[in-house]
Amino acid sequence: MNAFWIILTGSLVATCCSLLGCYLILRRMAMVGDAISHAVLPGIVIAFLLTGSRDSVPMLIGAGLLGVLTTFLIEFFHRYARVQADASIGVTFTWLFAIGIILISVYAGQVDLDQDCVLYGEIAYVPLDLWITEEGLSLGPRTVWTLAVVTLLIILYIVLGYKELFLTTFDPAYAAAIGISTSVWYYSLMTAVSITTVASFESVGAILVVAFLVAPAATAYLLTDNFKTMLLLSVLAGILASVAGYYLAVWIDGSIAGAIATVTGIEFMLAFLFSPSRGILIRKKQLQPVQH
Amino acid sequence: MIIQVENPVVEVHDLTVSYDRKPVLWGIDLTLPAGSLVGVIGPNGAGKSTLIKAMMDLLPAGSGYVRIFDKPIAEVRNRISYVPQRESVDWDFPASVFDVVLMGSYGKLGLFKRPRQADKDAAMEALQKVGMQGFANRQISQLSGGQQQRVFLARALAQNADIYFMDEPFAGVDIATETAIIELLRTMREQGKTVIVVHHDLQSATEYFDWVVLLNMRLVASGPAEQVLTQHLLEQTYGGKLTVLTKVGELLRKQEFPARES
Repeated sequence: MNAFWIILTGSLVATCCSLLGCYLILRRMAMVGDAISHAVLPGIVIAFLLTGSRDSVPMLIGAGLLGVLTTFLIEFFHRYARVQADASIGVTFTWLFAIGIILISVYAGQVDLDQDCVLYGEIAYVPLDLWITEEGLSLGPRTVWTLAVVTLLIILYIVLGYKELFLTTFDPAYAAAIGISTSVWYYSLMTAVSITTVASFESVGAILVVAFLVAPAATAYLLTDNFKTMLLLSVLAGILASVAGYYLAVWIDGSIAGAIATVTGIEFMLAFLFSPSRGILIRKKQLQPVQH
Repeated sequence: MIIQVENPVVEVHDLTVSYDRKPVLWGIDLTLPAGSLVGVIGPNGAGKSTLIKAMMDLLPAGSGYVRIFDKPIAEVRNRISYVPQRESVDWDFPASVFDVVLMGSYGKLGLFKRPRQADKDAAMEALQKVGMQGFANRQISQLSGGQQQRVFLARALAQNADIYFMDEPFAGVDIATETAIIELLRTMREQGKTVIVVHHDLQSATEYFDWVVLLNMRLVASGPAEQVLTQHLLEQTYGGKLTVLTKVGELLRKQEFPARES
């Protein structure tokens, strides 16, 4: 039963991260996902200090706000201080993450958060924190319920906003010209990334979140030329990595999150080598280095 | 020479646009007549693209205002279409030609609604008009420059707007595409649409446009093509670029446009 809950948790995280990751990589913002997943830390700690509980809702709100603040700061430094985009990302998220770490260490006695847990997570502990009703009925791990709700919300967001997200990702200038607000969709996407990150990181850790945000989407990008197929393939790649990663970890008796992240990397390598349209071993068209 | 018109489709009043507090357009004041093919012409860096982007309110204006169909732009978005520069998007994006053209229906559909059969038919029809119906399922990364431009044009056509802003639609396209596009633009004009085109080839300007806006950070001229494309005004627009000017002079003579002082 534990294996089931761990794989289910991994798969839920994989699903929402991969879906959002498709948009991030096509917007050339993969590293913004990385930034958000770290920068939400102070939001979580502050939410915890204010409410004194580890309830999911205040944490999601705190992290959501910090995530949007992060993207806003990145834009701001890039546009007004005219720092390069990557430098702006690097400064913003390390700074916010560091504030989070300081807050944790200063309030160490009061905050039931562990720095290692933030970075690496501990997916193996998921089945220990069960949601047990007053009648004593066990409904399974809490994390799975939180993640299931978040995953549903993300899927709903993408289904309802499909054409707007597609257009603002492909051609923001045209979208703005015909009256579709690019900033509404940009900031709502960033909020979705923030919420996903927070809901996920407690169980799988920030590093696996980043792996899930980028690798399955990049793998799917290599395998198809159709955007809807890319969304589906990225989810499949993410779920497959969760399953394979779990058994790999059992086999080598190592970290589950580490094994899952490793499998996402292996998937990417396989797609890179064997993709029917872009793979370097089976190529239909000449592979050319990207020119900018 | 700036000619103002009665009942303009586009009215630009005292428009100034800056990047990083450095002005790129100064005090532009112009009106454009309905149902015309308008060319926006000027040297590199003259602010041609900036002007049409500011007209559509895609860039913040430092001062001044723009009215389209005598209304603020926010009220007439669904009557406006835009053909951005081809290089402005990633053509490796996982989308088919049809996906891109269907985007033309997104503005009118509004939130949460999916494209209906009628929108799909309109997209196919638009593809037919640009001669790309056979490419509907083609991945966009497999298109040539001219084909990419036709796809962008088809997307705008599918929108069935009343006013079209086009940024360099003739840049880097083959002759066949250029001819096809200008034919389409003329048909659109006959249907009473207004088309505003950023263009940098003086040679074809006289032939293509019936209204010309000469721009070099400031507005040099705006009026009927035959009155605006004179040596004197072109000199003012292009400054001291003599080689260009000599060529222009020759061209004007060849096309029997008297190079007169106005």
